[in-house]
Amino acid sequence: MTMQRDATAARLGMWLFLFSELLLFGGLFLLYAVYLARYPADFVAGGRQLDLLLGTGNTILLITSSLTVALALSALQQGRRRLCLGLLCATVLASLLFLVNKGVEWQAKFDHGLFPGGARLEETAPGQKVFFGLYFVTTGLHGLHVLIGAALLLWILGLVGSGRVTEQDPVMLENGALYWHLVDLIWIFIFPLYYLLL
Amino acid sequence: MNRYSHPALSFRCLTTVWALLLVLTGITVFVSRLDLGALNIWAALGIATLKASLVVLYFMHLKHEPRLLKLCLFIALLTLASFIGLTFFDVLYR
Amino acid sequence: MAKQNDRGFLQASDRQPLLFDWIFSVDHKRIGLLYLYSVGAFFLAGVALGVLLRLELIAPGPTIATAQTYNALFTLHGVVMIFLFIIPGIPGAFGNLMLPLQIGARDVAFPRLNLLSWWLYILGAFMALTSLFSGGGPPDTGWTFYVPFSSETPTNVSLALLAVFIIGFSSILTGVNFVTTIHRLRAPGMHWGRLPLFVWSLYATAWVQILATPVLGITMVLLMVERLIGLGLFDPGRGGDPILYQHLFWIYSHPAVYIMILPAMGVVSEIIPVFARKPTFGYKAIAASSVAIAAAGSLVWGHHMFVSGMSDTAILVFSLLTFLVAIPSAVKVFNWVATLYRGSISLEPPMLFALAFVFLFSIGGLTGLILGSAATDVHVHDTHFVVGHFHYVMFGGTGFAFFAALHYWLPKVFGRMYNMKAATIAWAIIFVGFNLLYFPMMLVGLHGMPRRYYDYLPQFQQLNVIATAGSWVLAAGLLLMFVNLYRGMRRGAAAGSNPWQAATLEWVLTSPPPAESFSQPPQVTHGPYDLQQAGKP
Repeated sequence: MTMQRDATAARLGMWLFLFSELLLFGGLFLLYAVYLARYPADFVAGGRQLDLLLGTGNTILLITSSLTVALALSALQQGRRRLCLGLLCATVLASLLFLVNKGVEWQAKFDHGLFPGGARLEETAPGQKVFFGLYFVTTGLHGLHVLIGAALLLWILGLVGSGRVTEQDPVMLENGALYWHLVDLIWIFIFPLYYLLL
Repeated sequence: MNRYSHPALSFRCLTTVWALLLVLTGITVFVSRLDLGALNIWAALGIATLKASLVVLYFMHLKHEPRLLKLCLFIALLTLASFIGLTFFDVLYR
Repeated sequence: MAKQNDRGFLQASDRQPLLFDWIFSVDHKRIGLLYLYSVGAFFLAGVALGVLLRLELIAPGPTIATAQTYNALFTLHGVVMIFLFIIPGIPGAFGNLMLPLQIGARDVAFPRLNLLSWWLYILGAFMALTSLFSGGGPPDTGWTFYVPFSSETPTNVSLALLAVFIIGFSSILTGVNFVTTIHRLRAPGMHWGRLPLFVWSLYATAWVQILATPVLGITMVLLMVERLIGLGLFDPGRGGDPILYQHLFWIYSHPAVYIMILPAMGVVSEIIPVFARKPTFGYKAIAASSVAIAAAGSLVWGHHMFVSGMSDTAILVFSLLTFLVAIPSAVKVFNWVATLYRGSISLEPPMLFALAFVFLFSIGGLTGLILGSAATDVHVHDTHFVVGHFHYVMFGGTGFAFFAALHYWLPKVFGRMYNMKAATIAWAIIFVGFNLLYFPMMLVGLHGMPRRYYDYLPQFQQLNVIATAGSWVLAAGLLLMFVNLYRGMRRGAAAGSNPWQAATLEWVLTSPPPAESFSQPPQVTHGPYDLQQAGKP
């Protein structure tokens, strides 16, 4: 039953899966590109109504959590297990903070009636309706990925703690980290496309 | 080869990349406040691509992966680009 | 002891395997058989629906069903056949069964993921069936779920969309598994130039599964969200663009055509050299054309949208690209024919199905060019000509290749041979019934009969009657084929390890293969079609 673990195969498999995640978001970026070309002014008007401070804060949070998970892997490979556990905790914490921020941001949009069917959005131009439609579905899907990534890292944290993911066999953590970096990557594009339009 | 994992990247290297990413985030926010017309979106995408490359090359260790994986990533990105690009043959000329 | 060994992986331990030993097995061969039984069951369900559809169309006006039932019938027929049979069919069943054996691997790279993939498929299938009996009744949109109708209709479209999403996820996982397996688990000596052509085709297919399926996933998600809260992304009243739905849908669903046909071409490329007793002509060209079809096929989705209101520039570009796909497809056909040339051809059942594939696929491919050129497409778009065309490709192509694979590999899987004569008769009936059914469809389409219409003008009746009669002949042939295969697998004579004297690796093993196939990787010493070396690794 002891299949010899092939770390290279496991990583290749993870990368292939990440490609399909990339294409999943790719569909949304396709829609964004087309609608941006069609409604440039409305998109700028929509982008102005997003909270730049929260967006930037979340960007810094995600980049930092990407760092901590990368450090966690290096720490494990150097045999510093306790440090690795601490860094993983920090990553999960950052992801939760990200989601809290996102919740605050969404709540504000709902309070202002800026949601599909909401009073204020219904009065705006079609281009803005499309902008906010895309905003909600893109950040929503991304948020879901943050949640999945956090759960995955929490599970791996348990595996590192119980000694099933080790210095000799870190491939689970490698793959968990890869997934988390993808979540970061997607956000690196979402951030300027939605929050920085002017 | 079978049990091959990457050599651990040093904390120093990873932290440097992180600092660069933060600087680039600052730059992209700053640039977006300037009015460059249509250039704004391309500047934003350019900086985002730069940031993404840093994450992919260092955080995701692509720099140390075999060429095969780099090629695979290239194919995936090319596919996405063709999907978006060919759609524009429709929406730009309609 | 000897008896157990006879049964190979079918009975790995002392006791009779229970259901749980199958549905929780991570052995690629058992998972392959799980797929085979499930896709087989859905195929029969799809055939039954198809026969009902044809019966309704035997005469103008209401015959056996109401218009709403008819809409549900053709939607269900499409969803079942496309998502539950053709897409997972050959890769899921024969890919899982044969891919690790053909490259001399112990299993696929991620056996547990493989099992998850089957479970997701079953979950998706279960949800698709549930959508019939819950919510607002069976979906009536056709398998393409076009907006705006799909976002408005009160029928239970949302659940069907979720089902398609989950099945897509299963397909992605299979793709990830196969690409990794082919890269990492080839036996020593099995370099890329010795890879069987079936493996090459699975490799190209797996890439399409990985890169195109997620686009379908996001499309289904968007449509579900649209139905739930009305984002308006495809609603012109809210600034959206319904044609973008069609783009997203066909970005996946056209490459999906190649997910369906490429493994079929791989099967045919395996069978033709074995039964012509000649090494494949143009091995490299066939292997490369698989990859070329996958690549070029991903760029032609727009040819489904020539009359949608898409720009003329896009029509020009997509029409041109479509013609380019014909090149690698023709490369394959020419190489198969060249392999046959001066071969020592024996017309046993697998070969008959493979030859029928080449003939029917060529008709399907050439009628595809009529649809691919924009000027003629405007005339025949959404007529029965299209229905005839894609059944020639999908059924005449993939379906026949699936039957060829059944006749070629089942003796290996079960160690028993079916009745050759009955198989040949079944083949003849299926071939005749098939052409009787689908050729008149193309004719009546040229005369102007639209697809998906419940009713038609009286002058179309004659051809419709012929087609409906053809559906009965076809169904009878299929019944004979399946009964014969079933009897053969239960009670047929022992097949021996290499009944066809083929040279690929799966024939080195006993039939049925042992539970631990290739626990020691074999040292591969010859190419896949080096028929003098048949039986050696």
